Amino acid sequence: MNFIEARKLVHEYIRRDEEGNVEGIDTALDGVDLDIRQGEFIAVLGHNGSGKSTLAKHLNVLLEASGGTLWVDGKDTTKEENLWDIRKNAGMVFQNPDNQIIASVVEEDVAFGPENIGVPTDEIWKRVENSLKSVGMIQYREHSPNKLSGGQKQRVAIAGVMAMEPKCIVLDEPTAMLDPNGRKEVLDAVERLNKEKGVTVILITHYMEEVIRADRVYVMDKGKVVMQGTPRSIFSQVETLKSYRLDVPQITLLAYELRKAGLEIPEGILTRQELVDALCQLY
Amino acid sequence: MIRDITIGQYYPADSVVHRLDPRVKLMAVILYVISLFTFRGIWGFVLVTLALAGMIKLSKVPFRFMVKGLKAIVIILLITALFNLFLTPGETWVTVWKLTITKEGLKSAVFMAIRLIYLILGTSTLTLTTTPNQLTDGMEKALSPFNKIHVPVHEVAMMMSIALRFIPILIEETDKIMKAQIARGADFESGNLMKKAKAMVPLLVPLFISAFRRANDLALAMEARCYNGGAGRTKMKPLKYKKADLAAYGIMLGYIVMVILLRVLL
Repeated sequence: MNFIEARKLVHEYIRRDEEGNVEGIDTALDGVDLDIRQGEFIAVLGHNGSGKSTLAKHLNVLLEASGGTLWVDGKDTTKEENLWDIRKNAGMVFQNPDNQIIASVVEEDVAFGPENIGVPTDEIWKRVENSLKSVGMIQYREHSPNKLSGGQKQRVAIAGVMAMEPKCIVLDEPTAMLDPNGRKEVLDAVERLNKEKGVTVILITHYMEEVIRADRVYVMDKGKVVMQGTPRSIFSQVETLKSYRLDVPQITLLAYELRKAGLEIPEGILTRQELVDALCQLY
Repeated sequence: MIRDITIGQYYPADSVVHRLDPRVKLMAVILYVISLFTFRGIWGFVLVTLALAGMIKLSKVPFRFMVKGLKAIVIILLITALFNLFLTPGETWVTVWKLTITKEGLKSAVFMAIRLIYLILGTSTLTLTTTPNQLTDGMEKALSPFNKIHVPVHEVAMMMSIALRFIPILIEETDKIMKAQIARGADFESGNLMKKAKAMVPLLVPLFISAFRRANDLALAMEARCYNGGAGRTKMKPLKYKKADLAAYGIMLGYIVMVILLRVLL
């Protein structure tokens, strides 16, 4: 069985009026299928309201499915007794760095997760040190989170999740509120965790540039998975992506326009270097 | 800068008092306050003064920091002293116009003022040498027996520490909203009290909405990190009594016995 497996997962938000009568039903997830292997770097792309954040909350059982099934690490998320096991194994990082840091000292915040799952004191110290090192924040361990930059706070949040030693980490638009520098810091840290520690990463985003680092991409629209594949195969379908109100990375778009204009360059170019190479081949 | 605001008035220094377990300090303050209101006579006064002076000396906090705390109570101090001075019946000492000052009144006014000043100095030694987080931890641990009668001690302590974490964030946010509203023509400065209070509405409504949103996000984040209340939780920095803490308890016991003895014997 895959590490994460979803079959026909459905989530409905029920809107009620003041008397509690059902006014309408918004289907945020509509029959989603996922197959994610241990150690993969997955990106989930989607426009606002595509259901990608709802999907992220399901992976940590913060929401209950209205239909379908979801297994995380071989455990059925609909069973109450699996709840804490799944949360332990699937860490989650949210969008706003301020709203997920609990303690007033960096190292105490990182310790919050391990404290909750009852890790002994000595072990907590080791884990805090290791996870702060792995995101490059060890020199800030005694600082107050209020004085850190957005990217640094988000890396502390990732360290807090890593200290629980999860097999998988779900990041729900972790860079949406950061400047380009912070965005790069956070993504570099995430990529290192994936490559060096073999942690499964599920990155929810709407920044195309971040998707290039992933092994596989799921594209969501209106609660459905509409495309999946490697970043290259996804980005070679510029027209389809546009129909889901998504942009492609600028380099890919330039290559696409050049190709349309008659230059013989391959589809799905992702980086500047690739485009340079392809253009040099022509002459 | 507004981000640098610290709540409480912690004075960082490396002293014996700073290193004491917060539970010890809490207990010491309670005992000290009790002793302030039990001592009698000049010898009792000398004893509490020595104890206070000793505490301040050991804490390595400059005396002027201590005195800052007194400014807030000057008015209360004056009123208490005046009431005691003029309204205590007894042997007349001087009469000014229609007011009589008695000997007993003078004595109790002086002692009352001293008691209040010592009370503030003693309690500020606690807040000056203990960070709010240590204080919360200390209270949680010290009150943990009340868990048995279903007092949610851990939850209250958690709420306090989260509040401490979010105060600077909310202050910053207030500042931001205020600037945004001023940019759109809101006037927080002019007008009478009523008008000023009304002007706060466009500030408070967005602030409340944002605070609730933050609370919701934070609750989700805590749940995602397996927060499940106090049961089965371990601590990164558990409170443990060291030798100095036990010694401090010993000194406290000796002190309170002496205060009581002085009161009974003299």
